[in-house]
Amino acid sequence: MTSTAGHPDAGLQRRTISDEIAVFIVMAIALVIVPLTGLYPYFVMQALCFALFACAFNLFLGYSGLLSFGHAMFLGTAGYICAHAAKVWGFPPELAILTGTAASAVLGLLAGLVAIRRQGIYFAMITLGLAQLMYFFYLQAKFTHGEDGIQGIPQGFLFGFLDLSKSTTLYYVVVAVFLLAFLLIWRIINSPFGEVLKSIRENEQRAISLGYKVDRYKLMAFVLSATLAGLAGALKVIVAQNASLTDVHWSMSGEVVLMVLLGGLGTVYGPVVGAFLVIAMQQYLAGAGQWVVVIQGVIFVVCVLTFRRGIVGEIAHLFKRSL
Amino acid sequence: MSDEFILECSGLTKEFAGFVAVQDVDLQVRRGTIHALIGPNGAGKTTCFNLLTKFLIPTRGQIRYDGNDITALNPADVARLGLVRSFQISAVFPHLTALENVRIALQRQRGESMDFWRSKSVLNSLNHRAHELLDDVGVGAFAGTVAVEMPYGRKRALEIATTLALDPQIMLLDEPMAGIGHEEIDKIAALIKRISAKHTVLMVEHNLNVVADLSDTITVLTRGRVLTEGNYATVSQDARVKEAYLGSAHA
Ligand SMILES: Nc1ncnc2c1ncn2[C@@H]1O[C@H](COP(=O)(O)OP(=O)(O)OP(=O)(O)O)[C@@H](O)[C@H]1O
Ligand SMILES: [Mg+2]
Repeated sequence: MTSTAGHPDAGLQRRTISDEIAVFIVMAIALVIVPLTGLYPYFVMQALCFALFACAFNLFLGYSGLLSFGHAMFLGTAGYICAHAAKVWGFPPELAILTGTAASAVLGLLAGLVAIRRQGIYFAMITLGLAQLMYFFYLQAKFTHGEDGIQGIPQGFLFGFLDLSKSTTLYYVVVAVFLLAFLLIWRIINSPFGEVLKSIRENEQRAISLGYKVDRYKLMAFVLSATLAGLAGALKVIVAQNASLTDVHWSMSGEVVLMVLLGGLGTVYGPVVGAFLVIAMQQYLAGAGQWVVVIQGVIFVVCVLTFRRGIVGEIAHLFKRSL
Repeated sequence: MSDEFILECSGLTKEFAGFVAVQDVDLQVRRGTIHALIGPNGAGKTTCFNLLTKFLIPTRGQIRYDGNDITALNPADVARLGLVRSFQISAVFPHLTALENVRIALQRQRGESMDFWRSKSVLNSLNHRAHELLDDVGVGAFAGTVAVEMPYGRKRALEIATTLALDPQIMLLDEPMAGIGHEEIDKIAALIKRISAKHTVLMVEHNLNVVADLSDTITVLTRGRVLTEGNYATVSQDARVKEAYLGSAHA
């Protein structure tokens, strides 16, 4: 039994991983051929930005067990900074995105230092409070133009030669960034760090008793999550060419919770599915005005009551696979 | 002096909102022995463990480990020094396999494991040792089983394997036999006996047969205070001990 090769669990792990890789390849191919299908690329780009946001959120909630109710501040901060850098400072898109993302990383570190020692509802409340503070700041700050937002952001040339104002080019750049970020998240989950994170989620006291300083791992996960949420926000601003208060509003923090729960908390693909569904729903119901919120609420309740694992979670459970 | 005793505490006290759960406890655990902490329900045994491992902050008192004052340390640092505890309620990582459970402990050898950019396949180098540890406590067959699906007694053995993976100087076991059947009890007892050749053991246990069999020294705790201490023959003859256990389910 001491030999590792041919051990029963080795096979199990391989199967799990090959499932995830297979789904990744299908997803990548599907995204690549979208422009040929006549599906509206702008919709897919938007959905991908939200999918990345949801994946980043899931990285923290799904693997640390802590509910952040302020993730909109990372989406919105990166968005505003990226927009300002591109429009006012004249940064090229790659640098603007990087600057925005870095701003969210720093904000993530500061917010994390304040919040990470709190448990459960206190953590959610502190993150919400900090996000409200940021909302107020962006509402008042000059550079964000308050209710108007930052409009007409130049998309520019990525690396000096990829013209992002061409919709096909922009589309493939967004797909590439999304896929790379997705792989990074997958790697984080499947790293030595990810293993410790899982053990903390499973049994925090036991992890401490083994000598792990759990706050450090949670903080690291929070900063990584904030950074990737920032990347989503910066990318979104380049796609939409405007940055507004919607992205820092508390309802955005709630929406990402909805996406992740709907798709499947703690699953790899759940957030992507959840984001696409929510964004699609908002598109189709755009004419319904305020009713969108009500319908979302109903779906949320039905979802929580009937399939708790979320769509991908239930499928994975049904086939006893990890997705 | 500190060479003889690996773990000592003096005047150890813990108050919960006015209720004194542990009061002026002096304890000395001799290196290389099995030391039992017994007492009726609610005597403060688990609280003592929590204090010694710094999972709780003492209201008063001092803790010395391996010659150093550890009263001010945090629990993770205490564990890193080789003072490792188990828990009264089975403490495994339920949705990780037995192998992964032990590997998390072995992973401590790598340091902080903050490397989120590296593949976890680097951890495969720990698998060999993990399998050895699982085999050693008799759960080798469960290596690929998620802990939550293991029989209760085997989970307790897995916990011991996980603790052993840190190669601790002293292990604090909180009721390692709680909730397991007769056959399993003999197995775990034999395991603890074997472990004690290399590691000092301090354990809380209600099963007095096991305590009689294994312990070199027994400390009896009642209502947060040390009632008496000695070997089994002395302690079991003590009238106050009999009285303290009277009416208790485990007497
Ligand atoms: N966090 C806490 N807050 C308040 N009271 C506590 C706390 N922890 C323990 N106590 C109380 O302290 C006393 C000692 O509890 P402890 O768990 O240490 O007993 P024990 O000897 O381990 O008992 P058992 O044999 O039942 O495990 C009990 O009366 C318990 O209710
Ligand atoms: Mg107890």
